[in-house]
This record gives sequence, C-alpha cells and structure tokens, in this order.
Amino acid sequence: MIEDILIKITDREGTVHEVQAPTDMNLNIMELVRMYELAPEGTIGICGGMAMCASCQCYVLNDIEIPEKGDDEEAMLSEAFNVKPNSRLGCQIRITEKLEGLAIELAPEE
Amino acid sequence: MIKTDILIIGAGPTGLFAVFEAGLLKLKCHIIDGLPQPGGQLSELYPKKPIFDIPGFPSILAGDLVTNLMEQIKQFQPGFTLNEVAETIDKLEDGTFIVTTNKGTKHHANAVAIAGGLGSFEPRKPILEGLDFYDQNDRGVEYFVKDPEKFRDKKVVISGGGDSALDWSIFLSNVASSVTLVHRRNEFRGALDSVEKVQELKSSGKIKLITPGEIVGFKGAEHIESVNIETNGETINIETDYFIPLFGLTPKLGPIANWGLDIEKNAIKVDNSLDYQTNIPGIYAIGDVNSYPGKLKLILCGFHEATLMVQSVYQRMNPGKKYVLKYTTVSGIDGFDGTRKEAEKQVVKAIE
Repeated sequence: MIEDILIKITDREGTVHEVQAPTDMNLNIMELVRMYELAPEGTIGICGGMAMCASCQCYVLNDIEIPEKGDDEEAMLSEAFNVKPNSRLGCQIRITEKLEGLAIELAPEE
Repeated sequence: MIKTDILIIGAGPTGLFAVFEAGLLKLKCHIIDGLPQPGGQLSELYPKKPIFDIPGFPSILAGDLVTNLMEQIKQFQPGFTLNEVAETIDKLEDGTFIVTTNKGTKHHANAVAIAGGLGSFEPRKPILEGLDFYDQNDRGVEYFVKDPEKFRDKKVVISGGGDSALDWSIFLSNVASSVTLVHRRNEFRGALDSVEKVQELKSSGKIKLITPGEIVGFKGAEHIESVNIETNGETINIETDYFIPLFGLTPKLGPIANWGLDIEKNAIKVDNSLDYQTNIPGIYAIGDVNSYPGKLKLILCGFHEATLMVQSVYQRMNPGKKYVLKYTTVSGIDGFDGTRKEAEKQVVKAIE
C-alpha cells in the first residue's frame, strides 16, 4: 500500500500545519495547500499550475532534497516578488515519498 | 448607451459560449472585458498551451479554442466593450440594469451574466516603498505604455524579463532619449526575435542593460528623478524620468466585489440547483467566477452553466411563456445577420 507522507506547511499568518500528503494522486505542493485550504481560494494557484504566476511561491525550510528548478520556474521566480534563495513554486514540486518531512512556508500574497 | 438583452462580463470561453446559447433563444449579447482581446486567460496567459478536456477535441490550443468560439458565435453579432472594466451596477425600477465601465461607457441590459473568471487582469506591482505615491497622477511610474509619445526624449527605466519588457524596450529605444532595461538575471523569457533584437540594441548602445539587477527604491519629490538599482552586491543610482515595471498581469476580482453579491472564497455564490443566479435577481455568475457545492473550475462546466443561465434569462424576459427545446441539427441556426445554417436535406429517391 502507498502511504501518505507528512509535510509541514507554515501558512501566511504564521500558523504551522502538519498535513498528510497522498503520494498516489500526482499532486504538487500548490494543490496540497488548496486541498487543505491553507490559503484562501483565488490567492494561490491562479494560473492553475503552469509556473506562469507566482501565487504559490514558498520557502523551503529544511534540507529535504527536492528536484531542481526547471527553466519555467527559474524564469517565473526571477520576476516574482519576496524571492529568497530558498524560494520555489509549489506547483512545480511534485509530491513523492522522497519529500517525507519537508517543511515549507508560504510566501506573502503579492 | 449600449442596449442589449444579456450583458456578459468577461470574454473568456464561458462568456463567449453564452452568446451562442443566447442566440439560439434570439437573445442579444454584449460583452465587456478589461483586456484588449477576447479569450480571457486563454489568450492572456496560455494561448499556445493545449487543453485536453474540451469534449470532442482530444487536444486543442487555448488560442485556437478562442478562435473557434469567436467563429461559432459570429452570426449572433455580439457587441464588445474591450479594454474597459465593469465598475458599477445600478438596478432600475423595471428590474433592468445599467452597468458602467471605468471609462464611463454605459450598458443597459435585461440581465447581467458575470463570467469574470478570476477577475480582471491588473498589473503585478513590485513591492517598493513609495510606489503607491509615484504610480499616481503622472509622477513617473507607469504600468502600461499607453501613449508612447509621453516618453519622447525622456529617460526611461524598464524592469522585467518577459515579452512586454523586451518589446517595449525595443520600441521605446527609438522614442525615448535613453532606455535602461533591468532584470534580475541574464536570461529573458521572450520570443527569440525580441531577445536577439535587444542583444543587438545593447551592442549598439541604444539600450543599457543591467543584469542581474533589481530596482530597490526611488528618489524625487513630486516626480521621480532617479531609481536605485541593486546590482552585483552594490547599489547604483540612475537618473530617469519614468520607471516602467512590466511584470505581467494578475487577475483580481476587482469592482464586482462591491456589487452586493454573496461572495465566498473569492467567488460569487449562485443557485446551482436552477440557473446560476446570484443573490440579486437578474444577475447571474457562470464559469470560474462562481461557487456552489461541488463546483469545478473547468471550461466544460462553464459551458453548461452558460446554457442554463440563458434559459433563465429567457423566462425572465418572457414570463409564463412555454419554451420547447430545439436541437440545432433539427432546426438549424438563424443568425441575427440573416445567415442560416442547417443540416443538408436527406435525399429521398427510389432505387429502380
């Protein structure tokens, strides 16, 4: 059986949520945040997950290994605001077993 | 005053298809959209991306779907008020509505269908102290190049890394006295032609390129006089008359949020058991902008919602009148432009 993994998400108000993330639904971090409604609808995932807006920007807080950024993500982040060295777009991070224990913080709404 | 039966707010796929379904019932439509072209998100954000869940189309590019919808509704002659945002709504005593745009265009309609998707597109604004002062009243920060002449013989700083930053840098290099393009990294995301052209203009000294660079502040009193740019760990100051941040557009619900509609999770609550009407009779919300139990933000759901919405408007405009569903295959389509489309007659012929 495929097990859920645990992901720690700090919302925009600073509250930490530990959520179970299924690994068998081809979900990404942006979709996980929407699934648990950790950010108001309409403020995250605006482009639907095409790396064409930065509404799902998050900061990676621990050293869980995540696949490298693609060109689209790099390009979008270079035009995003509140960007830090640990910024990623949630929609570009696919949830797999390897992300067990990942901790992220949602970037402020633009 | 523009007069119509159904005023549709939003020219995305749902709004466009509503024109077709309304046309079958002989109802006229007019569409308001804040963007200069129809298609909404499909044209603005991802025209070249494929969509795989439009029934009957295994794959269709978003831009092509818009082109097809425009072709499909053509004979119903929809009116368009483009580049304007619906701002206020007034309900008249007879139950009809007047909707006024940000540019003052007035529309008088029997019913209003909000098909606004995620809202109207507004420029993404960088986070800079003083921006909300300098972007008002011609104080030097502009998010669009509406009138290029404004920049003639002026010093201009543009920031951004996409097509609009590249294209306007190229264009203004022939108008402004100087153009400085600032981007956070060396790579630009734009059409190859534009990237090459900027490269050329940089080499010939017509565009000054600062990469990696980021605008971090302004100097000036009533009008900006210079911008501070952080580049390679130091802050430099560049004199300029205008600063044009071009970071693309993002949708915001905008003025319709103040129309007295029930709003939940940035979407408009509607009656999905019947006709997608909002809490204000005569105002409907269809497509991604609405919310009801089990809502899915899919184009195909918007099409369905548009179809039921126009039935309700028909009843509203023709109270008590019985409506009989007609199939286009059987009845054909009579356009408002006098054209008729119909199935070919079957040949009935004896075989000797």
